[in-house]
Amino acid sequence: MIGMTHYLVLSAILFALSVMGIFLNRKNVIVVLMSIELMLLAVNFNFVTFSSFLHNVAGQIFVFFTLTVAAAEAAIGLAILIILFRNLRSINVQDMDQLKG
Amino acid sequence: MDVTSVLFYVFSAILLISGLRVITAKNPVHAALFLVLAFVNASCLWMMLGAEFLSLTLILVYVGAVMVLFLFVVMMLDVDLEAIRKGFWKNFPMALVLGVVVLIEMLLVVLKNPLVTMSANSDPATNISNSNKLGWVLYTQYSYPVELASMVLLLGLVVAVALTLRKSEKAAKYQNISKQVATDSKTRFTMIKMDAEVEDKGEAQ
Repeated sequence: MIGMTHYLVLSAILFALSVMGIFLNRKNVIVVLMSIELMLLAVNFNFVTFSSFLHNVAGQIFVFFTLTVAAAEAAIGLAILIILFRNLRSINVQDMDQLKG
Repeated sequence: MDVTSVLFYVFSAILLISGLRVITAKNPVHAALFLVLAFVNASCLWMMLGAEFLSLTLILVYVGAVMVLFLFVVMMLDVDLEAIRKGFWKNFPMALVLGVVVLIEMLLVVLKNPLVTMSANSDPATNISNSNKLGWVLYTQYSYPVELASMVLLLGLVVAVALTLRKSEKAAKYQNISKQVATDSKTRFTMIKMDAEVEDKGEAQ
C-alpha cells in the first residue's frame, strides 16, 4: 500500500535532482531555470501530499498560488534571459558579471 | 501489489528518469520536452492523490503555457551547444556530493516524521468533489489572495512586455519625461516674422 512516505521520498529525490541540475549546468541559464521549475514541482508535491493525507484543503490552495507565482516568474525570467542574450550573445552564467559582484 | 502501487511506481519512475534527463540533456530542446514529460507524470500522481483540480491546472498552466514559452525561447536563441556543455563533468563530483547531502538530510526529516504513519487517502465522510471543495474556500476565505494572485499575473504580463520591447522610434512611442517637464513657452510657441499680406484683387485680372 502506498503511504505518505512514498510520496515524500519521491519529492525529496526530485528536489535533490534539481539541486544537482543547478550545479551541473553552470553554463546554461535555460536549464537552470528548468531546474528551478522542477524544484517548485517537488515542493508542490509535498504540499499536495500533506493536504491529501491530512484532509486539509489549505495545502492545495497554497499550491494554487505557488503555480500562479511560478508562471509569472517563468515569464519574467525568460524575458530577462532574452534581453541578456540580446546584449551578451551568450547564456553563460559566468558572462553575467556586469554588476562586478 | 495492487493496481495503485503499480501505477505509483510506474509514474514515479518515469518522473525521476525524465527529471534526470532534464538536467543531463545535451540539447536544451530535449530538456524542455523531458520537463513536459515530468510534469505530465507529476500530474498523474496528483490525480492519484485526489487533487484533481490541481493536476489538471498543472497540465493547463505548465504544459500548455510555461513549457511552450520555454520552447519558444530555446528555439529563438542561437545557442552554441558545445560551449554550454563545457565544465559539465568538471562540476559533476561537486553536484553529486551536494545532491546526496540534500537527499540524505531530507530523508532523515521525512523518515523520522511522526505524521508519515498516517494513511487513508480519501475522505470517506464527504463525497464532494475536489474542485468543489477548493472553489468553496477559494472564493470565500481566500478571495483577497486570489485578487493578489491576479495582480501578480498582471505584473508578469506588463514586466515581460516592458523588458523585451525594443526601445527604438519605429517599434514603440516613448514619452521623454524630462523634456516634458522642462518645457516652457519658448518651446511651445514661436513667433514668426513675416511681411503683411496685401489684398490686391483688382490688379490680378
